[in-house]
Amino acid sequence: MQKAKAIELDIAVVDGVELNGSWNRMFEPRVISEYDLSVLDSITQIPGAESLGYCYQCGKCTGVCPVDTVGDYSPRKVFRRTQLGISLIDSPDLWLCTTCRNCLRVCPKEVNMINIMPAVREQAVLEGKAPDELLTAFENTARYGNPIGESPRKRADWTKNAGVAVPIMSQRKAPVDVLWFVECYPSYHPRGKEASSALARVFDALSVDYGILGTEEKCAGDSQRMAGERGLFEMLAEHNIKMLSKYTFNQLVVTDPHAYNAFLHEYPKMGGEWPVQHYTQFLAERLNQVHFVKALNKRVTFHDPCYLGRHNGEYEAPRALLAALPGIDLVEMGHCRETSYCCGGGGGGMWMDSFTRDYASERLSERRVKEAIEYGAEILAVSCPYEVPRFEDAVKSTGHDGELQVMDIAELMAYCMGLNEALVLH
Amino acid sequence: MRLAVLLKTVPDLVEELALDEDARTLLFDEMSYVPSEWDDQALEEALIIKEESGAEVTVIAVDTGDVDTMLFTALAKGADYAVKIVGDFDAAMSNWQKARVVADYLGRGDFDAVLSGVQAIDDVDGQLPGLVAGFLGWPHASVITEVRVAGGSHLQLRQEYAGGLVAELETVTPIVVGVQAARKPPRYASVAKVRQVAKSATIDEVEADVAEARLAGVEYVRPVAAGHAEMIEGDIDEVVDRIVAILEERNLLRRA
Amino acid sequence: MGPILIVLENGAAGVTEATKECVNKAKSLAAQLGTTTVAVGFGKQHVSDLRRLAVTKVVIASGGTMDLYNPDAYEKVLAEIFGNVKPYLTLIANTTMGLDLGAGLAGRTQTPLIAYGIDIEEQDGRLTAISQVFAGKLLARVPIPEDGAIVTVIPGSWPADNEAGDPEIEEWTAQDSEAMRVLRVVEPEQSDIDITKADILVSVGRGIEGPDNLPLAEDLAEALGGVVSCSRPVVDAGWLPKARQVGKSGQTVKPKLYLACGISGAPEHLQGMRDADLIIAINTDESASIMDIAHFGTTADMLELMPALAERLKGG
Ligand SMILES: Cc1cc2nc3c(=O)[nH]c(=O)nc-3n(C[C@H](O)[C@H](O)[C@H](O)COP(=O)(O)OP(=O)(O)OC[C@H]3O[C@@H](n4cnc5c(N)ncnc54)[C@H](O)[C@@H]3O)c2cc1C
Ligand code: SF4
Ligand code: SF4
Repeated sequence: MQKAKAIELDIAVVDGVELNGSWNRMFEPRVISEYDLSVLDSITQIPGAESLGYCYQCGKCTGVCPVDTVGDYSPRKVFRRTQLGISLIDSPDLWLCTTCRNCLRVCPKEVNMINIMPAVREQAVLEGKAPDELLTAFENTARYGNPIGESPRKRADWTKNAGVAVPIMSQRKAPVDVLWFVECYPSYHPRGKEASSALARVFDALSVDYGILGTEEKCAGDSQRMAGERGLFEMLAEHNIKMLSKYTFNQLVVTDPHAYNAFLHEYPKMGGEWPVQHYTQFLAERLNQVHFVKALNKRVTFHDPCYLGRHNGEYEAPRALLAALPGIDLVEMGHCRETSYCCGGGGGGMWMDSFTRDYASERLSERRVKEAIEYGAEILAVSCPYEVPRFEDAVKSTGHDGELQVMDIAELMAYCMGLNEALVLH
Repeated sequence: MRLAVLLKTVPDLVEELALDEDARTLLFDEMSYVPSEWDDQALEEALIIKEESGAEVTVIAVDTGDVDTMLFTALAKGADYAVKIVGDFDAAMSNWQKARVVADYLGRGDFDAVLSGVQAIDDVDGQLPGLVAGFLGWPHASVITEVRVAGGSHLQLRQEYAGGLVAELETVTPIVVGVQAARKPPRYASVAKVRQVAKSATIDEVEADVAEARLAGVEYVRPVAAGHAEMIEGDIDEVVDRIVAILEERNLLRRA
Repeated sequence: MGPILIVLENGAAGVTEATKECVNKAKSLAAQLGTTTVAVGFGKQHVSDLRRLAVTKVVIASGGTMDLYNPDAYEKVLAEIFGNVKPYLTLIANTTMGLDLGAGLAGRTQTPLIAYGIDIEEQDGRLTAISQVFAGKLLARVPIPEDGAIVTVIPGSWPADNEAGDPEIEEWTAQDSEAMRVLRVVEPEQSDIDITKADILVSVGRGIEGPDNLPLAEDLAEALGGVVSCSRPVVDAGWLPKARQVGKSGQTVKPKLYLACGISGAPEHLQGMRDADLIIAINTDESASIMDIAHFGTTADMLELMPALAERLKGG
């Protein structure tokens, strides 16, 4: 049998300090680690997945991985199973990670699931080994520009019921200050559309000079990238960059933290570089112009979206908006900010509900909703378009219908600004 | 074994069908098109046969608009060759006309079996595989859910009938098969692969003359549309009566 | 004008209903047009039925492999008879046999075909076929050409003809197929029910309340000749297996009838069933989203309505 090779870093750089690891190296493997590492090697050879090999089984990630709290899955377990010869490409483990980034926060060895997952998944997709539900979402996105399979011609239809005029760039034919990148669920999902209408009303009330791409917009594609369809992501990015490049604007504002992540880190690599803000950041800077006329008088808690919080470090803007709402009783859940729980929708989880159910005792969204209830919240405030449908569904499925409302921050703002008569429009 | 798979695009029902309500004509240029779903099944079955027996798969489409992506996708999934029949064609081309040019092309080749979707949403003037077989005078079977090579030049087919009965047929080649469903769901071709194939592979172009259509003056109308459900009022018995009547009207009641 | 030809299909208990429906329509059209009706039957098993059909003439193709349906042999003999009868109009039910023979015969004989017919209208001696295309989203009105056509007809388009007649009988000797052999006809083993293949689905949602009520749905499905499917909460609760789930993360279905019982119509559910031909929703809440896409709705209590409907259907 082949001897195990040293799998630790020669030199690690931590906060700019170079740490040479050679004194600590295990030059001769002990019996316990004498494995046939060909399977592990085949995974760590995939560009992007190298860091899986760094794991030294400390178990810190298992403590924080949201999936492990409802199942039997964490980076430590992934490494261990792969080391024992179970190929990640064939394992259901490959599809359970929501790319929430909690493990990377604590891992001393920088085992980076945010890179590993898309890389290995890409391989699996090539080999035709991805769950059917996910492939349907890919196919829909490739064909229609949205994962739901809705008509691309109807992407701007929500604006008809927004209650205010929503300028569409191709008709406006003039430069704008803000280009609002709306994204798919806010364009098509009934509850997403309500949040979009609320945000449009807030923009209108603040006299924001803005426009949307309308039917020229396609999915930003970040979750498809994380789920293993980089080619699809690139095709979408090329399209969006081309469309955005037609217009003159000072900055992008996005509804979706996943799109925020893409515009911040991925689109620039492909030549699409614009200043970008999540809508909560944009509004937080303009709070002094906001006139609230109504009190909320509710106990509210906030769920940090993984891709706004942990991925991009924004914890304050949504809280600043919430704290400003008159009559709000804002309560933090135990899992908040850096340690926030995950709704389960990221990394393609949104399109693998049926698949993941077989490996989890409950949905992450259900667990989160129970936590919100525990803290006595009447409203669960969110700022990612995946979350309203996920959590509303979870409120029902955990038997808490009527106890907890799930609201986008834009809806809460519109309500307190007197722009929406009721909390939920419909 | 040489297999031909006939692919075509059809109007995408995710969009509203573009209908000129006054002229009762379809505005073919204003619609978006997608590969016909049954053709996807036919392609999958052909690729399964290829994996099992080393058959060679040629995908064929008539150039009625943008069919290149569909052909490249088929190549990315594993088809060996792609043929586009070009000529003075457009999206309004009828199945009869398509079948004519396809049959002419197939008649000149030496394919052992031709697979295509058993039907498509737009075949008002007949289903492609049956027409092609008829034009060629080849045997033909539709509603097929499995095609296997059975030694030498024979194929075994599984044909489905109403009520769940299934026949196993043995046939000589050449044969035309209308595929209802492949043995496995159609495979996925990743976008990167399709794009790479589109750069490297070629589509053979074959010229043909357009044949005459056989149906003239076809008009299209929308059936009475539903917005909100029509509510059935009354007590339980009245509701039962009405539902039974609706089912009866649509022949959905079980017959003896 | 040539006669109207009806291609008869054999069922377990005689000529199928679908072909008797074609006989019915052929008779009335022939009366309007002043022509005759000719039916083609295959094999000897239902010969007494054939001899009593209320048409002008019945051609009975027998010999060879005619007793068992063989797509190739049937198509060839039909083409011969067609050449002999020279019909103006030919009606074939759109079943597997119709899909085989309709287009095949059209191609072989260069006769125009109109597929998925649901009606044929006569006006001033001119016929127009109505056919259902684009998944039922449009109806095509197709003038039948001067030199006639073959129409494949969706079963259930007309009432069946059960009148007795005394037709002229012509025997026709058929040849074996050299190309195709039927090895066997079997009833495949049922694995679990495949809801994507069912024509009728009784679909239950959270309104079913508990597993104890499931037999009500099973009963109704049986009375309708359909199967039970469900929304996700029913699978979550473990009351039905995952293969029965309709929706975004379940199956996509397109049945002829989707009876939605106690399902609110969440977008994730609608994604899997919005293309069903006929949707009837039973939901105590008239404003539930399912009502926006259903064709018919009722606010009756499903737990009362399901057994009442099953009872009526079984009672006849
Ligand atoms: C990522 C994701 C994927 C999902 N995938 C799917 C999926 O594939 N399929 C799916 O179905 N859902 C799916 N869902 C869940 C979906 O959002 C809804 O929660 C679910 O469809 C609701 O099921 P329901 O209609 O049975 O229950 P409810 O929404 O609770 O509706 C029950 C209905 O029954 C009615 N009712 C109650 N009692 C009676 C009675 N006695 N008589 C008549 N009517 C009665 C009520 O008025 C109500 O409208 C998904 C959700 C997410 C977030
Ligand atoms: S925290 Fe990092 S090193 Fe520790 S077990 Fe997890 S992946 Fe391995
Ligand atoms: S990214 Fe999140 S879900 Fe994925 S392994 Fe890490 S902690 Fe678990």
